[in-house]
Amino acid sequence: MSRLNAANLEIAREIMSRYPVVRSATIPLLHLSQEQNGYVTREAMQQIAELVESTAAEVYGTASFYEMFKFEPIGKYCVNICRSISCHLVGGDDLVEHAEHVLGIKPGGTTADGLFTLEAVECMAACTEGPTLQVNYRHRFRVTHQDFDQLIDDLRAGRLDAEIPPHGTLARERQHIPADKAAGNVSPDTPITPAWMEAAQ
Amino acid sequence: MTTYPWAAGYVAGDRPQIVTSRFHYEDSYTLERYLASGGYEGLKAALAKAAPAVHEDVKGATVLGRGGAGFPAGTKWGLTPAGKYPRYLVVNGDESEPGTYKDRLLMERDPHQLIEGCLIACYAAGLSQCFLYIRGEMALAHERVGRALNEAYAAGYVGKNILGTKFSVDIALHWGAGAYVVGEETALIESLEGKRGEPRLKPPYFPAAIGLYGQPTIVNNVETLSNLPWLLCNGVEAYTAIGTQTSPGTRMVAVSGHVKRPGVYEIINGTTTFRDLLYGDEFCQGIRNGNELKAFVPGGGSAPWFTPEQLDLPFEGRLVGAAGSMLGSGAIMVMDSTTDIPKAALSLTRFYAHESCGQCTPCREGGTWLERILSRICDGHGTSSDLDLLIEVGTSICPGDFPHASSTKLGLEATPFPYKMTTICFVGPSAYAPVHSALTLFREEFEAKIVKRTSIPVTVGH
Ligand SMILES: Cc1cc2nc3c(=O)[nH]c(=O)nc-3n(C[C@H](O)[C@H](O)[C@H](O)COP(=O)(O)O)c2cc1C
Ligand code: SF4
Ligand code: FES
Repeated sequence: MSRLNAANLEIAREIMSRYPVVRSATIPLLHLSQEQNGYVTREAMQQIAELVESTAAEVYGTASFYEMFKFEPIGKYCVNICRSISCHLVGGDDLVEHAEHVLGIKPGGTTADGLFTLEAVECMAACTEGPTLQVNYRHRFRVTHQDFDQLIDDLRAGRLDAEIPPHGTLARERQHIPADKAAGNVSPDTPITPAWMEAAQ
Repeated sequence: MTTYPWAAGYVAGDRPQIVTSRFHYEDSYTLERYLASGGYEGLKAALAKAAPAVHEDVKGATVLGRGGAGFPAGTKWGLTPAGKYPRYLVVNGDESEPGTYKDRLLMERDPHQLIEGCLIACYAAGLSQCFLYIRGEMALAHERVGRALNEAYAAGYVGKNILGTKFSVDIALHWGAGAYVVGEETALIESLEGKRGEPRLKPPYFPAAIGLYGQPTIVNNVETLSNLPWLLCNGVEAYTAIGTQTSPGTRMVAVSGHVKRPGVYEIINGTTTFRDLLYGDEFCQGIRNGNELKAFVPGGGSAPWFTPEQLDLPFEGRLVGAAGSMLGSGAIMVMDSTTDIPKAALSLTRFYAHESCGQCTPCREGGTWLERILSRICDGHGTSSDLDLLIEVGTSICPGDFPHASSTKLGLEATPFPYKMTTICFVGPSAYAPVHSALTLFREEFEAKIVKRTSIPVTVGH
């Protein structure tokens, strides 16, 4: 089942309601479908196109621009090691090599048991704390080779399940705007001077 | 001089704190802590004045943009066409320039401060709706900002008739999905419209005139907006009393690479020198292992490099610009005497080549070629014509004089920043910047890697 299920469809509609132009919800909805299925399927893109009043080709055009969207299943844990300059200067490349050795895969590959996908990625905004990696977009800092081995062990044994959800789940807390508190969308087609600006004039 | 396990990298010191004042609290991201430490008082102070007066405060304080270009926020807000509504606010939380680490900390550690900053900006500049765009790869920042927004809505700080006034604005949390170029403001807008993150041409697409959905739009960086609550609470005079006239207040800088203590520091703007930062006791305490400093990048991966000769320059945009580089996003990367310069240049150039959106030929093809040529040099397969080829490819992206730091050793005059370019955005030139700096300053290291071939090598069978 790769279209959004009923519960997620409801979440999708809530996300869409936060934009005055519904197509803006494209990327958030792609994330939602990746959260449900682990990757972005054709059917999901078709459905998203219907929801955001676009075409499947356009949704795919958008999705394929962004590296976080996967179009086939990947490992339960996406292990991203930073290879950009600050991490490079303090051993990021060695860590990538070590990871290749430990996991027995090259960047872009997935282990046979479907647990790990390895990626060598660019700067993840933790440059003073290199070498840096992320597992499903959760950071680890100043990672030694021993730290890496321990991390893989812990993930295998499920010891980090509470902290690191499976690939696809980004934030576990969603934004929710209560109907009675919402200011409401402001459409580009309604040239209204904001009330507090009128008062100021 | 203290660090906190919950704010990895941040180093506090005995200096004024404008944006990091709550980092010492473990629970700094909760509404409870925020309110207990002066939170939302800046918003109240703003709402007690007419919107134009708040705008005047921000102008008067010369709050410089912290996202890269250093443009004064108050001036930018004034560039929207008079009377044209609706206007939008798009918050740039896409931090991904190599070496840059500050916005993520601000979002994770003090999300309410950012939200309050957004509200003050919307009020002052008449912005009707706000979209807070957070880089996709920052799961914790999403959680923290999402939760903070939920708390703020419930408590009446965001949404309809904020604090019982006529001021109403929604803030929507938006996700990115992994693309560096989306940090460029027009690409950010394209992305927020649900499209590929390809930068638009300026002119005509200056966001303040034609931005989100074709409407006037203000794009501001997370750190820029995070300054506003303090400014409104403490006033223009207190703000400009810190730093210099042209660079008031503080700045978040990340110093990474070969220093004893890399870290994120909130420094006094305009006066702190690079020497203070790299060698000072309250900062990085010198080069690791007692090594010599070879070079440093003063303002993010795209900035032309400095050598020890420029250590005494202060962290001040105009001076650093005149010296041939830029402060950019407050990222300083330090390379000691053990650094393999061609490899370091390759790491940087590969980044920009990889992140090219592909619209402009000089960037798409040129960046890729720079990466390939550097790669083969680093792998020991370079030829003597490769160094000229690097410059030829680079000049097709940036014709004319390229800015560089003066170096008496090489008899160079500083050429002021910025450069001429044949591309829509700065990603193309950024691919060449590290190559140009490295080749100008350390040509001999490239030459040492070039194979001096007398005949075509023949692979011998195993
Ligand atoms: C290639 C490129 C990437 C950029 N990335 C970022 C970024 O990640 N975050 C950011 O705030 N500004 C970034 N900028 C600068 C923005 O275009 C824009 O100037 C800034 O967000 C404006 O905010 P400010 O005036 O508050 O600094 C980038 C610019 C370019 C050319
Ligand atoms: S310079 Fe590069 S990244 Fe920027 S618009 Fe052109 S091709 Fe895209
Ligand atoms: S260079 Fe590795 S996190 Fe920035």
